[in-house]
Amino acid sequence: MDMQTLLVTLAKASYLLAALLFILGIKRMSSPVTARTGIKWAGVGMVIATLATFAITRGHNIGWILGGIAIGVIPTWLWGRKVAMTDMPQMVALFNGMGGGSAAAIGAGELLKFSQPGAAAPAMATLALAVVGALIGAISMTGSIIAWAKLDGRMDKRFTFAGQKAVNFAVFAAAVLAGLALVFWKLDANLVVVFFVLALAFGVLMTLPIGGADMPVVISLYNAFTGLAVAFEGYAMGIEALIVAGMVVGAAGTFLTQLMAKAMNRPLSNVLFSNFGASGAGSDIAGTQKPIEAADAASLLYMADKVVIVPGYGMAVAQAQHKIWELSQALIKAGKEVRFAIHPVAGRMPGHMNVLLAEAGVPYDLIADMDEINPEFKTTDVAIVIGANDVVNPAARTDKASPIYGMPILDVVDARQTIVIKRGKGTGFAGIENALFYADNTRMLYADGKEAANQLIAELKAIEGGGGH
Amino acid sequence: MNDGFLALYIFMLAAFTGKEIIGRVPVILHTPLMSGSNFVHGIVLVGAMIALAHAESPLAIAIGFIGVILGAGNAAGGYVVTERMLEMFKSSKNEKKD
Repeated sequence: MDMQTLLVTLAKASYLLAALLFILGIKRMSSPVTARTGIKWAGVGMVIATLATFAITRGHNIGWILGGIAIGVIPTWLWGRKVAMTDMPQMVALFNGMGGGSAAAIGAGELLKFSQPGAAAPAMATLALAVVGALIGAISMTGSIIAWAKLDGRMDKRFTFAGQKAVNFAVFAAAVLAGLALVFWKLDANLVVVFFVLALAFGVLMTLPIGGADMPVVISLYNAFTGLAVAFEGYAMGIEALIVAGMVVGAAGTFLTQLMAKAMNRPLSNVLFSNFGASGAGSDIAGTQKPIEAADAASLLYMADKVVIVPGYGMAVAQAQHKIWELSQALIKAGKEVRFAIHPVAGRMPGHMNVLLAEAGVPYDLIADMDEINPEFKTTDVAIVIGANDVVNPAARTDKASPIYGMPILDVVDARQTIVIKRGKGTGFAGIENALFYADNTRMLYADGKEAANQLIAELKAIEGGGGH
Repeated sequence: MNDGFLALYIFMLAAFTGKEIIGRVPVILHTPLMSGSNFVHGIVLVGAMIALAHAESPLAIAIGFIGVILGAGNAAGGYVVTERMLEMFKSSKNEKKD
């Protein structure tokens, strides 16, 4: 075996090891106990695969390669280190867009190579997958960038115009036609350019009309897209590690997207092709919202044995999670049972709220998901709803006219007493009135989340210091 | 076995693997997991490096260079944010050690 063959064999073995580490890493990330080591295993796999690649590229264009890695790694590493936890969803979107762009660039390079005069004709499967991978990767790139801009507040939440669906469809059809022409008709460099322009444009157009509430599903979908694009380009280039890692992510991402869409009771087709809030506003609600002062709310908490806290994205916006955890600690110290109830789509991505609570120091075993906590509301003395609205709206269970009818909700309405911490009387993200806020056993504590938590802590201390048992 | 079919088998088995390993994930880990899988497809960097190493014309080098930058950004950024998120997951029972 000569030197080069040996190196290639070693590199291939390293890719196999990397693929194994990726799969084991993702598996470890599926349990809170092992999750922290999971990402490290996957990280080791990435380093091994990258180093092995240096061995087989034999120093060709080594300056460009090292320069490109430095330019890619340094700013994203520094940025990723300091970005706030609330901004994680848009960071994931952005990094995902980069991956999609990289896959599209590989596709572009392959297609240009094939289209050169005198180049050997590629196998049909290779060419077809290079084209499909490039198409998906390009859509994922520009789509993710729009998703990032929207979540980062750099762009109006929704952008619609007359005939939008027809235009989107026409652009998509044209991109597919250009792709088909590349595979079956002629590998022409100009056609390659047209193909990419159409694919990139479609990514933008497809994402523009989608509102912020649906972005988690969209990011997850693009994550799956990038995985597939990587797998297909891996096939075109004959690199097994890309095929396996890309396909695993593509499948996992597709499954995760379905889970999210289900949790929001929004079929994927609705997310992509229709606008939220377009249907009726639901039935009118009788009754009034009954306000409560912090001192009275604190005494309710003082008398309670079991308290469930239901945080929503509003809590994170108010940066109240640390104060809420402080309040919970005070309650736990006073002998109460305290739990946090998380709706699957609380926050901006499924699980985002868990990350925000974990950042504040809340241990994960105090955090319960919807299926676990829902039967417990009946025995809950006080439920505190902070910054959550649509995910606790009983209309989802009872009102067929409501646009959120059928969405699984947290059954806060079953709790003996509910305190809702809210800035004002406005409706939630979806613009729907919430019957829970008008219920007989619900009291509204109108305040900023952080401020309210501060007041409750102070009032609780006053009660404990004053009377005792 | 024909190479094309072998690849199809790899696609199929990898797809099932992906669905299986995520099927048991609790909701609390969905965001870090999405971020972690986002990191894993940063392996595209390897493809971009190989493409760039084989590039001859200035245009091919430019495209490969962009591919490497974007792929490296995906991998590095994906790793950092995932690690940061997972670092925060602690249990109230075993605070002292990992």
